Amino acid sequence: MSASTAHNHTTVGPDRPQARAGSARRAADWARRAPLLPALIFTIVVTQVPFLATIVISFMNWNSYYPQDRGFGGVSNYVSVFTNAQLRSAVVNTVVLTVTVVLVSLVLGMLIALLLDRKFAGRGAVRTMMIAPFLVVPIAAALLWKHALFNPNYGLLNGVLNAVWKLFGSDSAPQPDWLSAAPKIAIEVSLIWQWTPFMMLILLAGLQSKPADAEEAARMDGATGFQIFRYLTFPHLRQYLELGGLLGAIYIVQNFDAVFTITAGGLGTANLPYTIYQTVFSAHDYGLASAMGVVVVIATIIVATFALRVVSSMFKQEAGR
Amino acid sequence: MSTASVTATLPGTNVPTSKKEQRARELNRSRPLWGVLAWIVGILFVLPVLWMVLTSLHSEPDAATNPPSIAAALTLDGYRSFLSAGPVAPLLNSAMASLISTLLVLCLAIPAAFALSIRPVEKWTDVMFFFLSTKFMPLVAGLLPLYLFATNTGTLDNVWLLIVLYTSMNLPIAVWMMQSFLAEVPGEMLEAASIDGAGLIRMLWSIVRPVAMPGVAATALICFIFSWNELLLARTLTGTIAGTAPVFLTGFVTSQGLFLAQLCAAATVISLPVLVAGFAAQDKLVQGLSMGAVK
Repeated sequence: MSASTAHNHTTVGPDRPQARAGSARRAADWARRAPLLPALIFTIVVTQVPFLATIVISFMNWNSYYPQDRGFGGVSNYVSVFTNAQLRSAVVNTVVLTVTVVLVSLVLGMLIALLLDRKFAGRGAVRTMMIAPFLVVPIAAALLWKHALFNPNYGLLNGVLNAVWKLFGSDSAPQPDWLSAAPKIAIEVSLIWQWTPFMMLILLAGLQSKPADAEEAARMDGATGFQIFRYLTFPHLRQYLELGGLLGAIYIVQNFDAVFTITAGGLGTANLPYTIYQTVFSAHDYGLASAMGVVVVIATIIVATFALRVVSSMFKQEAGR
Repeated sequence: MSTASVTATLPGTNVPTSKKEQRARELNRSRPLWGVLAWIVGILFVLPVLWMVLTSLHSEPDAATNPPSIAAALTLDGYRSFLSAGPVAPLLNSAMASLISTLLVLCLAIPAAFALSIRPVEKWTDVMFFFLSTKFMPLVAGLLPLYLFATNTGTLDNVWLLIVLYTSMNLPIAVWMMQSFLAEVPGEMLEAASIDGAGLIRMLWSIVRPVAMPGVAATALICFIFSWNELLLARTLTGTIAGTAPVFLTGFVTSQGLFLAQLCAAATVISLPVLVAGFAAQDKLVQGLSMGAVK
């Protein structure tokens, strides 16, 4: 990517009319690039160099408990990632968690956006209430779900069950231990709660940019609400759905906070980021952790391939500049 | 979805004089129903947050009852014990890491966005894709080398290391956002100004700045939120001296057992800056989070 701009970044002043045409042109080119270079070089150094190191380490046997065994290990770490049952389940968990959370929060977000697109009293207040989950610090949200909501003894969920049962004169309300009964769903619910508002915001912005006259005309022609949604609203929302899904997926693939807090990776919920964290800081198997890191990147790149298609269509509008 | 059929079957509907009038009536009638539903959904979503705040204002015994004691007496004890747990240093670390990295991001991203939109370099879309592609690389994939680097250079538990990493984490997003905001500056205005003999600085100040300012604010807000929320890097690369508020929150539970009111007080205080900033700038937030794609 623009490797040509990475070398020779001496600062160049604005071009002078008396300079010769060739060097003036070159100077002008560099004056154009100069503002870009600090950001570009900084990003390359801080993000790409560590990743290159990760790739190198992923081909090494390197466990800091056994320093004498350090050396080239070929693809053995990668073989472990896909043959070790525990690691394979981490790969599966990452995919399931990401897909479930993105899809459910997209659908919910769309339904709520359609609801909030209508005019009703207190619409602004409801929108503000909806956004709140997205603004709670993720680690605080995870702790909140674990201790204040899911807790079997005094959590809000079981508390409400108890209160409702008492209302009908019964003392035997079901009091499930949510986290051990359905640990994956518990994590997914907390993440869906955080991400639905994000999807809702993007889709609501999409809805409000939709021209109203087509819908008006369709209604005059006797189209039903569902037909209008199917043939007018949904196609318009498509690129917003793609954008929301993409951004959500990029962040949820990397989720660490919820898995770390709610189950500490237990009960078969460990995803790749959590497993990498454990492999580095508990098992000290640097080679294996790096191989997993590379696998996460590859998984994300698969998502990114779809992403770039969406982004390209965004560029088409401004490429004329 | 079909509100038309629902309202049409309601009794007592007069024969409409015109289609337009009928539609207006149907809309009026359908409003309360959908509004009520929207209110219910909104309350359901905000409920856990309200519960967090309410629990933080209860005494520890009242916080952990089943069924919940909604009407229990309010107290600031939770906040008092949170304060006595020493949150000032972590909060200051978080503020420092978030604010300084946001400032650095703006210093790097604004000129870069200028070179990608106002006077675009050749192949500017490639450069944009490069910045975006770095976001496809999860943080965790560079974690080990960063940890080894920090251990070997003695920068472990140093807030400046976090500042550099948060800057790199947010810079690609910021470049994207700023590019899309600067692309809003009408090219004809810039041309007209340069024909009138305005210099670059004058042009930037009087034409680009007013258009770009809301974008700068949105970018800063998003970068601040992401840095403030970050846990993985902070947890692995800092410890007792440079630990941030999220790290403090994780240590809070394990080291002291569980005190629900105190935990909720901590979670409320730590979420407060983001909640306030986010509520104050809802529209900016949407635009920013979608990297300017949604206008």
